[in-house]
Amino acid sequence: MTTRRPVPAGEDSPAVRLCDITKTYDAFRANDHVTLDVARGTIHGLLGENGAGKSTLMNILNGSVRPDGGRIEVDGRPVRLRTTSDARAAGIGMVHQHFSLIDRLTVVENLALVARPSSWPRRCVMPVDLVGIEERARLLADRLRFAVDPRARCGSLGVGARQRVEIMKALWHHAQVVIMDEPTASLSPVEAQELLSTLLTLREQGATVILISHKMPEILAVCDEVTVLRDGRVSRRLSIGADDRDPGPRRDRLEADLVQAMIGRPRPDPPARAAAPGSPRLVLHGVGDGARVGPVDLSVHAGEIVAVAGVEGNGQAELIELIVGVRRLRTGRVLLGSRDVSSDGPRTRLACGLGHIAEDRHAAAIATRMSVTANAAFGFVGARMGRRWWLPARTMRAHAGSIVDRMSVRLPGLGANIEGLSGGNQQKLVVGRELARDPSVLIAGQPTRGLDIGAAGDVHRELAALRDGGAGVLLVSMDLTEVLAVADRIVVMRSGRIVGDVPAADADVDTLGGWMTGAQPSEQKGVQPSEQKLVGA
Amino acid sequence: MIRLPAIKIQQGLSSRPFLSAGSFLGTLALALAAAVPLIYLAGTDPVTAYGALLRGSVGDQYALSETVVQATPLLVGGLAVALAFHAGLFNIGVEGQLVVGGLAAAAVGVNLDLPAAVHLPVAVLTGAAAGAAWAAIPAVLKAWRGVHEVVTTIMFNYLAFGLSRHLVAPGGGLASATQPSASDPVADGARLPALTETTRIHSGVLLAVAAVIAVGWFLYRTPAGFKLRMVGANPTTASFHGVGVRRVQIGALMGSGALAGLAGASEILGLYGRYLDSFSPGYGFQAIAIALMGMLTPLGVLAAAAFFGMLAAGSVGLQSVGISRELINVVSGLVVGFVAAQPALIGAYLRRRRKRQASGQGEDASAAPADVDARSAHV
Repeated sequence: MTTRRPVPAGEDSPAVRLCDITKTYDAFRANDHVTLDVARGTIHGLLGENGAGKSTLMNILNGSVRPDGGRIEVDGRPVRLRTTSDARAAGIGMVHQHFSLIDRLTVVENLALVARPSSWPRRCVMPVDLVGIEERARLLADRLRFAVDPRARCGSLGVGARQRVEIMKALWHHAQVVIMDEPTASLSPVEAQELLSTLLTLREQGATVILISHKMPEILAVCDEVTVLRDGRVSRRLSIGADDRDPGPRRDRLEADLVQAMIGRPRPDPPARAAAPGSPRLVLHGVGDGARVGPVDLSVHAGEIVAVAGVEGNGQAELIELIVGVRRLRTGRVLLGSRDVSSDGPRTRLACGLGHIAEDRHAAAIATRMSVTANAAFGFVGARMGRRWWLPARTMRAHAGSIVDRMSVRLPGLGANIEGLSGGNQQKLVVGRELARDPSVLIAGQPTRGLDIGAAGDVHRELAALRDGGAGVLLVSMDLTEVLAVADRIVVMRSGRIVGDVPAADADVDTLGGWMTGAQPSEQKGVQPSEQKLVGA
Repeated sequence: MIRLPAIKIQQGLSSRPFLSAGSFLGTLALALAAAVPLIYLAGTDPVTAYGALLRGSVGDQYALSETVVQATPLLVGGLAVALAFHAGLFNIGVEGQLVVGGLAAAAVGVNLDLPAAVHLPVAVLTGAAAGAAWAAIPAVLKAWRGVHEVVTTIMFNYLAFGLSRHLVAPGGGLASATQPSASDPVADGARLPALTETTRIHSGVLLAVAAVIAVGWFLYRTPAGFKLRMVGANPTTASFHGVGVRRVQIGALMGSGALAGLAGASEILGLYGRYLDSFSPGYGFQAIAIALMGMLTPLGVLAAAAFFGMLAAGSVGLQSVGISRELINVVSGLVVGFVAAQPALIGAYLRRRRKRQASGQGEDASAAPADVDARSAHV
């Protein structure tokens, strides 16, 4: 990859130097005189809470946001990055957290969109060389050790494969510096491992990687240097040596140091485990949708957090839909408390004490284009809030205000469009709304996705408090660390069925991982519903 | 299934009254300015043309009353479009529903013999019900089969036009013996009474104003209206939170049809006193522009309908200074064009303002705190 780049100005100049960068949004200082040096051929971790200014800084480097002040140098030469194509020309590519692939097009066609000529007259007349692009795509995939079929439609690819296509897009114009924005957030453990080895491959081949992440283990596993941002400023900068990576007191100290720099306090302790579980709150009996899920037998008791672990796409989303009542139940029964709600819709189920933190926030938990106040009232309006012809605005505002206070959501105002909130703050609002329902059963679909360590710890504590208050919690998560830290009981889902069921105290990553991938024979407990488990509880 | 691009309207904007009023007036000014070259091409100058337009629409009491008369069906039609839009549905069938509403109201007014106190409400409500019924099939097809409402409502427009022509053609069920392409006059008891002796203003105006209040109340002050807006903003989220999306979609489209039917009934029972084929010069289509220009809020629709009413009333004044009234269609068309460009224009404006403020803060540090205070107070 280095062959096509001009010889750098000086061998010891950093690949990227951001100097004294300042960016202000209204009254908010996203970046306050930030200086960041990224040495060539390293993986540089960029850490920080939600809203610490990581994304702003990287968008400035990517040319999509213009700084108010500061300098940028690439290979020791000052550059002006006004647009993303300037950044591309300077050898900087970015893989965003949210993919921008067109599902109906093939991998090659998606790559053709970035491969197009830069001037528009040529764009209008030059034929698209799909054959050449496919050839290059294969070479690039080989070099990165990707198994991606260039002719596959992007819509048919899994999350990991789609991300690989995004990486190829970022590298298409010979990027020397690749920015990865929380690349493992939506990946399964196996895919995440593959991604990390891709980063190492990139480094081997001379590229420089900037890795934005919340996850301490992966930062410690691959990064050579780390910069921590806090409130728009650099709060810590350190390098990680080979002996820091091995488990041990040295690594623990380093991790504690980073967490402190990130959130300004030590890492929040995981919540304590539950006492003895009580009566069943949610019982699934042979539940299935006739296609992708089932039959599933599962019960969640009062005072218990049950985690559903599994690789994404193994029926977890469908199971949640079956429990909430938006997917048609073809087989089995769903019981909330002692009430059979199998034939009821979401409205009745919400009224029976069900709460649901949706896995895909934008798809199912919030409505952009509506205000924070309105979003906070979803599921309340018409049920507990307002009379038939009167919906008091004051009640709605008070309700939203109490959620915002409880979860310390940062926002410009209750009347603001929810799009004006950062992803982490949107998630806090959603979590707060579901807790405000005072649910007896809470379905939490990846509730900490996109949250920083501090906020994730808060959510975990809230879940535990809910459990200690006598509710049952069903936690669906791809993050094994989270599952092991929070759950009282862990079940593993594969291909729409529950293939393992184990108390969290007896669980370990290897067994769970084995169940998730099918490498280990499944425990028969979940597959064959044991009657006494349902009755005896 | 055909997928048409969804039209997205910024709901948050309605919470910023100055910005929305500003963009309303801005759009209007841009459209009027863009028509200036065409006015020169038509052989006159903008001062004469716009002067005549103003005289014809607000110049004297009669002109003003004509503006109100013209604005009435546009207002109710605009509310119909806006209501459907809030549920994420694009009702292009307002014109057809309006025609059917007028037909049904005329049929009741001509054929039934009821006491006056009952006859009028029955005729008006029949008109509204007919409009709702005309929207029901597209609504059900949308909710249960996912058939795009744009396609079906357009189809139903043509069915309505055909039905109307057929019924008032010689031998048709509503045809008058004496007047071609019209029905017999409706009974006096079924007429919406005139409000003054000298103008054409009729009590349909009161119905229209009541509709503004009712729609505003429904959308922003009732749980049902909240759910309707929720479905429009994100149907999946709505269904996850216990909203019956299909029911809301059917209800919204039928409610929209009912308003359209009301607009038609008000014209027939108030203005004409009999059914006239092609009594609507395209109110239902102008209503789309009005709803969008009014940013889907009832008060905005009221303002936009008043403006379009002025254009329609003023076109008579234009003719008196020798300009074809087609110029009015040009201005309407320009308004629609600028309304479509509005989100982009507003976005560009907001970006510029933000930038100015940001650079102002950098240069003059002492001004920054006051600026920040002002804004947080506004929030």
